[in-house]
Amino acid sequence: MDSLNSLIDGFGTALTPVNLLWAALGVLLGTAIGVLPGIGPAMAVALLLPVTYGLEPTGAFIMFAGIYYGAMFGGSTTSILLNTPGESAAVVAAIEGNPMAKAGRGAQALAAAAIGHFTGGMIGTILLVVLAPTVASLAVDIGAPDYFAIMVLAFIAVTSVLGSSRIRGLASLLIGLTIGLVGLDAMTGQQRLTFGSLQLADGIDVVIVAVGLFAIGEALWVAAHLRRSSERPIPVGLPWLGRADVRRTWKPWLRGPFIGFPFGAVPAGGAEIPTFLSYVTEKRLSKHRDEFGKGAIEGVAGPESAASASAAGTLVSMLTLGLPTTAVAAVMLAAFQQYGIQPGPLLFEREPELVWGLIASLFVGMVLLLALNLPLAPLWAKLLKIPRPYLYAGILFFAAVGAYAVGGEAVDLVILLVIGLIGFGMRRYGLPVLPAIIAVILGPAAEQQLRRALQISDGSVTGLVNTPFSVSVYAIVLLILAWPLVRKLVVRLRS
Amino acid sequence: MTAPPPAPTRSWLREHSELGVCVLLFVLGVLVLTDALTMDVDLTQRGPVGPRTVPVVVGAGLLVVAVLLAVDVLRGGRGEAEAGEDVDLAEPADRRTVALLTGVFLAFAVLIDPLGFPIAGALLFWGSAHALGSRHHDRDPLIAAGLSFVTYFVFDHLLGVPLPGGPLMGVL
Repeated sequence: MDSLNSLIDGFGTALTPVNLLWAALGVLLGTAIGVLPGIGPAMAVALLLPVTYGLEPTGAFIMFAGIYYGAMFGGSTTSILLNTPGESAAVVAAIEGNPMAKAGRGAQALAAAAIGHFTGGMIGTILLVVLAPTVASLAVDIGAPDYFAIMVLAFIAVTSVLGSSRIRGLASLLIGLTIGLVGLDAMTGQQRLTFGSLQLADGIDVVIVAVGLFAIGEALWVAAHLRRSSERPIPVGLPWLGRADVRRTWKPWLRGPFIGFPFGAVPAGGAEIPTFLSYVTEKRLSKHRDEFGKGAIEGVAGPESAASASAAGTLVSMLTLGLPTTAVAAVMLAAFQQYGIQPGPLLFEREPELVWGLIASLFVGMVLLLALNLPLAPLWAKLLKIPRPYLYAGILFFAAVGAYAVGGEAVDLVILLVIGLIGFGMRRYGLPVLPAIIAVILGPAAEQQLRRALQISDGSVTGLVNTPFSVSVYAIVLLILAWPLVRKLVVRLRS
Repeated sequence: MTAPPPAPTRSWLREHSELGVCVLLFVLGVLVLTDALTMDVDLTQRGPVGPRTVPVVVGAGLLVVAVLLAVDVLRGGRGEAEAGEDVDLAEPADRRTVALLTGVFLAFAVLIDPLGFPIAGALLFWGSAHALGSRHHDRDPLIAAGLSFVTYFVFDHLLGVPLPGGPLMGVL
């Protein structure tokens, strides 16, 4: 009951006119960003970080959450109408949604996706309300060794689970850790990797790294391979569902969240795996299995519901443990650091107004999104006609504004460009960007916790594994690391 | 095929251009290690783990990963280039556009202090759009100027994020 009361207080915060405005702005921006090619939610939040310097944190996070959820809604519109999903979460939506649109059932596909996002987001957020305070109270007395173990888990999971190549994930992680090392050592004031430069002694601002890797890197990468003949989106009417469609979709809508939510909460790459799992599940359970691949509506409804629920799961880990499991969560964590707020078990005690206002605003945002997306989907699709030179010139422009706003120094723009070129190279040679950004944001904190833990234990390595919590986290880490070997062994035993 | 076939070593290098990534990672590793090992820690060390430990681990890790990645590339492993909505990987990389955009961005970094944000920002947008293939000589500069002035006004006056006005704003 306690969390219910807090939630009601949260609605008090979320429903003030100012915060409603931020929520509305967030979902509008989020939907636009989801529909637009080339901009993902992580890039959008990174670009907005400097804008929010003057805001109070509650409003800023309400807007960020609106962007995160909104981008999920908007992303499926692009997948269904254009068949070129840019965000990994929307890949599955294209498999069934695009054939449906081609067969003239685009309106139904859009409706199944939008209502799926709404259902998934609602169930996911309710699970967040129920579970987050419990997780926070369980984790409330975890110490330095536990925090360090969680961060090691985050590093290992993002490098091993994501992408096709572990070694490239590891390379990306190490690049991020190196960038995080630049500056004065927080504990001793020792200069590291500054090469005597005063500019570098302050360290490289996380905003500049995030904007460089996501915005500049992406814009340059697209510029090198810009599609000259872009496909025309399929024209579509108002989304609606007939009774026969509802009969086929209500179960997938309700099943999706229970696949999406847990995967969002663990560092396993966000919505990519659960949307795929949901797709496979729906295919197996469907009475219309022969329609799959040719436009089965269950294959749109389930995965989209799972995608939105995974966003809620992501917020559980970020708010209660300070553990970012997706790129968006990582950039939001950087925003928390900027305000001097440490996400983690104590957040619910120290900043109840912020946390519960944020959670309540998710419910508000979901209703706004459904109202925005169901009747206005054809209008949003018009955004796809924006000339690409303007779109990518605009991304470069706002990236420059953001980096300059950090410190008002032109040198930051040069650092931004260098990091952007690193991001370009990483995209060219298949190094995933997520491990690098997580390493930049968590690396310095992980080092602090490591040194604190070893100080307490007087240098003995056992100080890192002296709590049941840290031991179980390391067990999971070992499992992830050993997984390919285990799988190879199982295959060999079978044959 | 009108161009003469490239020499075998050159085509081998082109196919294995990912080895350049290994070299860069290796150089970065050496850099991090030398920086860590030349650190003067005697006076500042507090606690059993000093400011040197983590850089040494990261530097050594970079060296190991550089070697492992090189082995992977030589065995035929390839990093998959990232796909996207507007990305056409069938086309060869357009290096000229990337170089132009880099130049325009550097020019912006040089010009923002003397010219002020409104003018430098407009040049950045116009130049980037031009480099990306936009050829509307009437519309492009207008959009660039409008976007730049509105952004300047919103950031400097509404959001309280100061941007340099430059001589133009001094006159107005």
